[in-house]
Amino acid sequence: MIEAENLTRYYGPTRAVYNINFHVDKGEIVGFLGPNGAGKTTTMRMLTGFLPPSDGTARVAGFDVFYDSLEVRRRVGYMPETVPLYPEMTVWAYLDYMAALRQLPDRGQVVDRALEACSIGDHADTAIGKLSKGYRQRVGLAQAILHEPEVLILDEPTIGLDPRQVTEVRALIREIGREHTVILSSHILPEVSQTCGRVLIINKGEIVAEGTPDELTAQLQGAERVLVRIADASPEAIEVLERVDGVIGVESVDGEAYQVSCIREHDLRAELARAVVEQDWGLLELRSVGMSLEDIFLELTTEETEESEDA
Amino acid sequence: MRNVWTVARRELYAYFSSPIAYVTMAAFLAVMGLLSWLLIIYSQQAVMGYTLGSPWIFFTLILYAAVVTMRLLAEEQRSGTIELVLTAPVHDWELIVGKYLASLILFLAMVVISLYQPYILARLGNPDLGAAASGYLGFILVGAALLAIGTLTSTLTRNQVVAAILSVAIGVALWLVEFVGSRSPGTFTGDFLTQLGLFAHYFDFLDGIIDTQHIVYYLSLVAASLFLATRVLETRRWR
Repeated sequence: MIEAENLTRYYGPTRAVYNINFHVDKGEIVGFLGPNGAGKTTTMRMLTGFLPPSDGTARVAGFDVFYDSLEVRRRVGYMPETVPLYPEMTVWAYLDYMAALRQLPDRGQVVDRALEACSIGDHADTAIGKLSKGYRQRVGLAQAILHEPEVLILDEPTIGLDPRQVTEVRALIREIGREHTVILSSHILPEVSQTCGRVLIINKGEIVAEGTPDELTAQLQGAERVLVRIADASPEAIEVLERVDGVIGVESVDGEAYQVSCIREHDLRAELARAVVEQDWGLLELRSVGMSLEDIFLELTTEETEESEDA
Repeated sequence: MRNVWTVARRELYAYFSSPIAYVTMAAFLAVMGLLSWLLIIYSQQAVMGYTLGSPWIFFTLILYAAVVTMRLLAEEQRSGTIELVLTAPVHDWELIVGKYLASLILFLAMVVISLYQPYILARLGNPDLGAAASGYLGFILVGAALLAIGTLTSTLTRNQVVAAILSVAIGVALWLVEFVGSRSPGTFTGDFLTQLGLFAHYFDFLDGIIDTQHIVYYLSLVAASLFLATRVLETRRWR
């Protein structure tokens, strides 16, 4: 459904996106994850035909975003980051305008359906300028799904919403994602790991990792981690734990808990338990903690920073 | 083509849901009414051309056009709403022409309201209504050209005030260039500059003469400005 080849974009001399390659299949929900300024918005703008790529190509539904821009725009629904809307228009008038620009037949019906899907029917006659942030976000989403697009591109869809609204919007996106291809961007991890089937981690304009949330966790896990909680631990606890065969490092988490990193694919829980009990300490807790997507993300994005600083 | 009308309709909606339409119309009509009254009192003649040919009304028209058009594209660029319009299947020219059309419709509505003046003149005396009609045609053409220039300057910046200042500057410069040209009549440059003048092509209309070359001049100004505006909008994406 979406293919990007060597997609590159410069703003003057600044490189925003460099040599990005990816593809998204029909019906997938893919998340762009990256810190602010990583190039997520620029990539999305190129996919919507708003910005032409400096180099490389992208095809959406088989149409080139540069040469067949209008065809691409007919098939894409887009919600930009800050959801720019006309404050003086009512919700209904605005959606009617967007439907007219897209030359949709039966505009009244189309608008009503979008209002219902985003549950903003009660506010149809309110001026957009008077809506709260959460409602404005939903108007942005309603505008993006008016024409039932094959591809939906959402830039930071849940930013600035309260937790309940976030849950609602995520549910809505999953609902839409059943029939449509969705790309969303975020710098918040839970969002991506909960909503998306696949994640592209973008940093400094390049893709640094790609896969399902589970794959990413497995692939990038350098070490198994075990949390050990000990009652009445003496100061030499770290030493004792480090002496166990296969342990790479021990870190004190708080007073009595220690995070033990072990070499890959070695479950050392039994050995660790024995070591603690041999010292006559009380073993309160022992569990394996996987590396969270958050850790992976931080590791990847900070590594990149260090590398580029060296260069 | 349908998109042009869609854009124009939304723009008219925006004009009338803010004070812009009412304030600009009221101010212009007030100045024009005051001017007519003074000219009738002093000249004791029922002639529409005195009002329509006054430098005061020229300057008011330049200001009016600048204020009415300044937000057309500058505002969309500042608030970012242009991103949603340009990711809908709309050609750049359709957006520009639609916006321009809205400002033109607003202007024409105002001109229609100002028709009470020839009506009053006809009640008071015996004006040449043919000359008044051709004078109005010229006035509409000058206004159309100034609105197109305003649309162009509004694409150049995301700041409405800058857009307005630029369009007043261009309007006044196009007006004064005629007098620069008349310093050296007979030379190519001199005649060229005289012919370039915005109001040099206008006075024939006031005398009841409708000359195609004058109509072509104003329509070319409109076409050139809107063409440039479309180009400017396109180049925005490359920066």
